[in-house]
Amino acid sequence: MKILREIIDKVKGPFQKGEKFEKFAPAVNAFDTFLFVPNHTTKYGSHIRDAVDLKRTMVTVILALLPALIYGIYNTGYQYYYQTGEEFTFLDAFIHGSLKIIPMIIVSYVVGLTIEFGFAVYRGHEVNEGYLVTGLLIPMIMPVDIPLWMVGLSVAFAVFIAKEAFGGTGMNILNPALTARAFAFFAYPTYMSGNKVWVSEASNIDSISGETILGSLAAGQQVDFSTSEMFFGSIPGSIAETSTLWVLAGGLVLILTGVGSWRIILGGFLGASIAGILFNLWGLNELMSFSWINHLFVGGLAFGIIFMATDPVSAAQTVKGKWIYGILVGVFCILIRVFNPAYPEGVMLAILLMNVFAPTIDHYVVEKNINRRKKRWALNQIKTA
Amino acid sequence: MQLAKNKIRVRKGFNINLEGEADRILVDLPESKTYGISPDSFFNVIPKMLVKESAKVKKGSPLFFSKNNPRITITSPVSGSVTAILRGEKRKIIEVIITSDNRNESETFETKDYVKLDEKSIKELLLKSGSWPFIRQRPYNTIASPEDNPKSIFISSFSTLPLSFDYNFCLKNNQDEFQLGVNVLKKLTLGKVFLAIDNTSKGFFDKIENVEKIYVEGPHPAGNSSVHIHNVDPINYGEKIWTVNPEDVVNIGIFFKTGIFSCKRTLAIVGSSVKNPKYYNSSIGTSVKNLIDFSNINYKNSRLISGDILSGKQVGPDNYIDFYSNTFCAIPEGDKHRFFGWIPFVDNFIPSMHKTSLSWIKSNKKKYKVDTNLNGEERALVVTGEMEKVFPLDIFPMQLIKACLNQDIERMEALGIYEIIPEDFGLIDYGSTSKIEAQKIIKEGIELMLKEVG
Repeated sequence: MKILREIIDKVKGPFQKGEKFEKFAPAVNAFDTFLFVPNHTTKYGSHIRDAVDLKRTMVTVILALLPALIYGIYNTGYQYYYQTGEEFTFLDAFIHGSLKIIPMIIVSYVVGLTIEFGFAVYRGHEVNEGYLVTGLLIPMIMPVDIPLWMVGLSVAFAVFIAKEAFGGTGMNILNPALTARAFAFFAYPTYMSGNKVWVSEASNIDSISGETILGSLAAGQQVDFSTSEMFFGSIPGSIAETSTLWVLAGGLVLILTGVGSWRIILGGFLGASIAGILFNLWGLNELMSFSWINHLFVGGLAFGIIFMATDPVSAAQTVKGKWIYGILVGVFCILIRVFNPAYPEGVMLAILLMNVFAPTIDHYVVEKNINRRKKRWALNQIKTA
Repeated sequence: MQLAKNKIRVRKGFNINLEGEADRILVDLPESKTYGISPDSFFNVIPKMLVKESAKVKKGSPLFFSKNNPRITITSPVSGSVTAILRGEKRKIIEVIITSDNRNESETFETKDYVKLDEKSIKELLLKSGSWPFIRQRPYNTIASPEDNPKSIFISSFSTLPLSFDYNFCLKNNQDEFQLGVNVLKKLTLGKVFLAIDNTSKGFFDKIENVEKIYVEGPHPAGNSSVHIHNVDPINYGEKIWTVNPEDVVNIGIFFKTGIFSCKRTLAIVGSSVKNPKYYNSSIGTSVKNLIDFSNINYKNSRLISGDILSGKQVGPDNYIDFYSNTFCAIPEGDKHRFFGWIPFVDNFIPSMHKTSLSWIKSNKKKYKVDTNLNGEERALVVTGEMEKVFPLDIFPMQLIKACLNQDIERMEALGIYEIIPEDFGLIDYGSTSKIEAQKIIKEGIELMLKEVG
């Protein structure tokens, strides 16, 4: 390690303060701090600090995403071979999926990190780790057959408009990954919906097609998938959201490590369940009478609630606010699914909508605290007067 | 959170168990050759000198007064001569250094009949002798202003800080003086004198009379006065509450018993860089060099802290112990790199209140050796909810920090700036994922409040 350290210190020479390439220091530091936790010591306040940092927190989210990603890669191959009718092994499916998905992840990271590094150098601050998660999330929520250049363009839009325009990590109002998906959804609707995008190669081979369960229901068609298929995830859909089981496994990681808010997650499922049950009772159309339990398993609901609604920057920040925010995400998700056949999956729009309202929810929670204090002051004045 | 009357169970908080806690041994620290008083020890005091260099002083002779309130004087902790008045930028006074003449001469005051004295004369005696700065006020934690009538006085008899100070052990021979001090303080308020006692180890404090006792249990910051005040007698706009440290109650007691300014200061010399951490009988203003010479501190490549590990002040061997500090910590500096140290669940030898480390598994028993590494880099505020977990007051800490950053006085006031002091944010500093400096931000916020609102 010592030799590696010496090499890095040597490389960093020209990037030090006052040296020739000082401006590019954030870019070099990003690589350095990836290898080594820096030797910075405390200057103000507490003399000792917790072992946690933002890198550790973000990497925990990536760990939580891995089960869903691995299953998503497998399912991509599975759906393809299932349609073509070819014999296949787990490895075949996995390789097929990898060849499709890994390029998407690479494009997402290269485009996104290039912009992030550019902004870090331009603004003179360190590169934030937030994009490590966003960059993985974006391909995971896209249809598998989307062209790579669209992935790149969506990433660029999300990082520029949703994140950096607001001031960078920690300042954004909307979840960047969902913004990327929303951009692709509205800019290239034909690549984001219908029955020719969800199964690998469907856009190239005529015999392959597949609609998501929610898409079929919105079109008034019956679905012939069982509840267990919906739960385990061998269904067409965006890459990594199909398997509720593996998404929940990731959710468990987030809750146990305390990285994701269990209040938002529980609130989200609670809200969706309540809305689902109420619509089941009402039962006007296919989507309304679709069992509320199945509502929880299909589409991106679980993935959205566990990995996107819990984004601490765009979610509500107070404890009570998190409950309200979570529940409303769940309710709105089902509401959009049921009432708007043009958007068969409501979770993306529900979360983006609640992202916008999260500061308002917090405002009222904080305001309540303030009023309680002011009331105490007023009571006290009466007492002493 | 408040159970029965006068019983508080704190749920939000965190105990950091560190290596180097002081053994329950109390020894005398040899007298320091020089003593130093730093005006910076007193928040919001702008000093005006009353002595010049080489002036002779007795113990209790005034050194300087506060420009904000000329009645508040800081007096010498020892008899000798003023050898230096160190100044910094813009001639700001940094330290007043007194060289002891070993004669133990003191100013004497007529205090025998304190029982008969009224509030005004007691205040006058405390002010003249230099005992007044022992009393601090909320909001802001400045030296109390003698013109005020506080609605109550709070004494916290225990500390929940890491490497904490055991008042029960150190003051066990001063029970009478403590009682006397309490009796004197009682005369200064129309309200009650509250004594917060550790519910799990009550000790002699439970026998003290003339006070309203509060029994508290829970993790740090359960020992902080802010927590007790918030639960028992919350501060409203315009109100004043005073706080006094237990040892300073004893000092006030000794002063009224003897008529001589008492500046006794028991120091816990702690931390993993100290060979045999224990308690030392000492006096306010002792030099750090004196401590190093007698207490086996490995001070090379160590961080020396006057005060506790979460909020204390970094000092060097040439400095002096802070007026209010009763702890002196020495821990290794952490200026080294850790290879891939950011991976979750690695390097579990560093204590963490987050579950992305496995250090919580044994954290109840295991004592950790810590250094001053930041364990990461400063980042934008991303993670939410972590501050609230260690902040047992009905106040939104992150929103208050943001209000302070925005210098939004109205919002700071509405969010409860009167009810907290920077030290209450020690754990927030410690546990911050984004490595923010909450105590510094809050301190600057309070300074702004003092300037704009007063």
